[in-house]
Amino acid sequence: MKALRFERSLPRFAAARIAGALAPGRGATPGPLRLVDIDVPEVDAPGWVRVRPRLAGICGSDLATIDATSSRWFEPIVSFPFVPGHEVVGDLDDGTRVVLQPVLGCAARGIDPICSRCAAGQVGQCLNITFGHLEPGLQTGYCADTGGGWSIALSAHESQLHPVPDALSDEAAVMVEPTACAIRGAGKVPAGTSVVAVIGAGTLGLATIAALRHLPGELPTTVIAAAKHPDQRTLAAALGADVVVEPDGLARAVRRVTGSMAVGDGSIDRLAGGADVTIDCVGSPASIASALSITAPGGRVVLVGMPGQVDVDLTPLWQRELQLVGAYAYGTEEADGPGDGRPTFELAFDLVAAADLGRLVSATYPLARYADAIAHAAEAGRRGAVKIAFDLRNERERNR
Amino acid sequence: MSPAAPRRPGHEVVEGRAPRPGFVLEVDRSTPPTLFHHGEGFRLERLPVGSRIVYPAEALPVLRDPDEAIRQALLHPEGQDPLPAQLFPGMKLTIAFDDVSLPLPKMRRPDIRQRVIEAVLDLAAEAGVDDVHLIAALALHRRMTEAELRHAVGDRVYDAFAPRGLLYNHDAEDRDNLTLVGETEQGEEVEINKRAAESDLLVYVNINLVSMDGGHKSTATGLSSYRSLRHHHNVKTMQRSKSFMDQHRSELHSSNWRMGKVLRDAGVKVFQIETTMNNDTFPKPFDFLQKREWEWTARDRMAFVAATTGLNRMSSRMKRNLFQSIEAPHDMTGVVAGEIEAVHAITTAKVFEQQLVAVEGQADIVTMGLPYISPYNVHSIMNPILVACLGLGYFFNMYRGKPLVREGGVVILSHPTPWEFHPVHHPSYIDFFEQVLADTTDPVEIEKRYEVSFAEDEWYRHLYRTSYAYHGVHPFYMWYWCAHALQHVGAVIIVGGDPKAVRRLGFRPASTLRDALEMAEDTVGRNPSITHTHAPPLYMADVT
Repeated sequence: MKALRFERSLPRFAAARIAGALAPGRGATPGPLRLVDIDVPEVDAPGWVRVRPRLAGICGSDLATIDATSSRWFEPIVSFPFVPGHEVVGDLDDGTRVVLQPVLGCAARGIDPICSRCAAGQVGQCLNITFGHLEPGLQTGYCADTGGGWSIALSAHESQLHPVPDALSDEAAVMVEPTACAIRGAGKVPAGTSVVAVIGAGTLGLATIAALRHLPGELPTTVIAAAKHPDQRTLAAALGADVVVEPDGLARAVRRVTGSMAVGDGSIDRLAGGADVTIDCVGSPASIASALSITAPGGRVVLVGMPGQVDVDLTPLWQRELQLVGAYAYGTEEADGPGDGRPTFELAFDLVAAADLGRLVSATYPLARYADAIAHAAEAGRRGAVKIAFDLRNERERNR
Repeated sequence: MSPAAPRRPGHEVVEGRAPRPGFVLEVDRSTPPTLFHHGEGFRLERLPVGSRIVYPAEALPVLRDPDEAIRQALLHPEGQDPLPAQLFPGMKLTIAFDDVSLPLPKMRRPDIRQRVIEAVLDLAAEAGVDDVHLIAALALHRRMTEAELRHAVGDRVYDAFAPRGLLYNHDAEDRDNLTLVGETEQGEEVEINKRAAESDLLVYVNINLVSMDGGHKSTATGLSSYRSLRHHHNVKTMQRSKSFMDQHRSELHSSNWRMGKVLRDAGVKVFQIETTMNNDTFPKPFDFLQKREWEWTARDRMAFVAATTGLNRMSSRMKRNLFQSIEAPHDMTGVVAGEIEAVHAITTAKVFEQQLVAVEGQADIVTMGLPYISPYNVHSIMNPILVACLGLGYFFNMYRGKPLVREGGVVILSHPTPWEFHPVHHPSYIDFFEQVLADTTDPVEIEKRYEVSFAEDEWYRHLYRTSYAYHGVHPFYMWYWCAHALQHVGAVIIVGGDPKAVRRLGFRPASTLRDALEMAEDTVGRNPSITHTHAPPLYMADVT
């Protein structure tokens, strides 16, 4: 079958890094990603089924992998070669439409008894992502055994599958996984929070804004969004952000909304007060530094965007007694925060429908045009797009 | 003969050719290209045949001996005893003076304020007055720097008073040093500087650049606070002031007059000194800017080419520094002292003598070339809000009778309108531009939804009091200043501006004057009448 496969090749990694540095997403062509013909992956264990992807999204973490800029932290928790693609809506052999929850936790790995985190419903925190009967891989899309969404078929464990209601389009369904990641970040906003700043308005940022406006439970009074591109700002406002600014204007906006004093003689070096919670959906050194400088003492900075190796002055974290909190994948949300103690994926299905997040899918491509698709995804904001996905519904092999 | 015309003691003027009055030129095929100011630069534009150009009068002759004229004004005031008779040992004397927003451009030393203040201090010293404070009456403007204060009052005065804390900027947020004097019958609170209110005599030193300056506005506005100012610095007042330069039709004027009466009835004794100046605005090599184009000499044309070529090679910062260093050769044409209303009547007539230009009929389109400076960007950046205010606030309102542009007509401004702000001077302007104008440009909505939160913002208060920032509410006033024009005109187009900034203002960008005129036809129809306002030098259109 046809698949985009990522292979371990140091020269190609180097080439991808150089090309990616020249222009985001350009690592796709010279790098380790190849369109190949491979066998359909099969995991010979109870509970594993074949999924034929209909749509498979391109995520920021995929782009970092393609441009060889992702952290070496991942090396021992992925296995090569792998087929990327963890944002998937697809069909089972019996025709059931499903969304994939890609984390490969204890249940998928055949580990019994399951770890305490999986038992608590926090599969994203699974203690065994490199163990069990599968090759290492924190998620489908990074594991050599399972295959991934950028292909005609992949193998998935029944614990990973969520049936899709008929009313939900494929475009909406492919947004469930990234929306769940966003909910995970929004879920870190404590009850009673007044002002939340959201940095970044790509898929994660926009879904986070939607989460902060639609999730059950106590939600913040004011959401301030920093968005780089005009279309992102329009969507951020449409999804419920109360104040939308360009990134350079974020500190001023947070100061205005919170009534904080600021350090700086008219220009703002940092805020004396700031937002109660800042959710960073970018994960760059600049965005993290910005988050630390606009969050009020005692407040919380939530990292939703994958940060990688960054050089950031953590003095404000110390001096202002900030909490730096990661938000990865999904599980069960806290009972006293947004999400009301419900499973993240369940909340994500509801949120995608309620906020019409299917509209964030801006363009789809066939696998053969993967270089164009990845370039588009890498420049999505600038090109007025949000989510780019591979459309596998019309692939000839799939319909044989 | 106007009230200013009698030969007042000491008012002998420098003899010379009689200045020509302002006039209206009708453009024909032989008319040379017309000068448009364009920020820190100029443009020569060809206006369509049949357009009108309103030129200001030439500069009035200046006083031959300004110091003697000042002395005579203090000794022979209008409606009050001579100043020496009002000075006595042990009294509290406060001298307030106009801030850095006047005159424009700043004048060559000695500044008028220095001449007047030195004269007042000489008389105070002779009378044995030793409790004297000098206050820059800046209302909600930014504080003046030491260099600016020295320029205004002179080194001798500065060194004698500032080190002892006796020369300082008015602080409209210093609750301990403000006093609520009373309320007008309309419920307008009158709160002013406590030292000024409690002095035995307040001497106010004015520079009356335009007809709005001076009168009761000097004290009621210059030494007041937001609590007072909000009663007349608001949309309703500005929309009812047609124009605020015409005291007989200015609600702004009326409100200040009501407040002035409250001050007077409460016993605040003001000795008003008002000075007028001619419109000799630009020194060499920029003096061609105040000549009529067909009278440009070969040297003027060379100066224009050299200036534009040189400016084109400079960075924005260099150009700004060059222009902000200009010290105008304008000088005194008159000085009157005494009772506020009597003084102001004479002063206004003198301002009109220099500035009024008779114009018959309104135009469908009025074009304005906006210069590099407005009252609020001295030594600073002309940000987009100030561009709007200069064009639609000040230039539009420089009329008596009717606006130069007809109702529903189009105003075309020429200015680079950069998306650029001076962070120290205009911090709240940045937020106003990025937050408020991004939401709405409707002055009424803006006033209702945003004004108080900016006015009471503690950071803006802090910067106003301790740095050199305009008060948090100040950008609102700039926008309110435009309210009459925004209500009156059908469209505003800015030529050569940053399109993004222009759109944020709610206006339409055009790259050339020709494009702007074509765009304007969407609003006013084909073959519109066009009037160009050839300023500065400033003039006031007397439209019949």
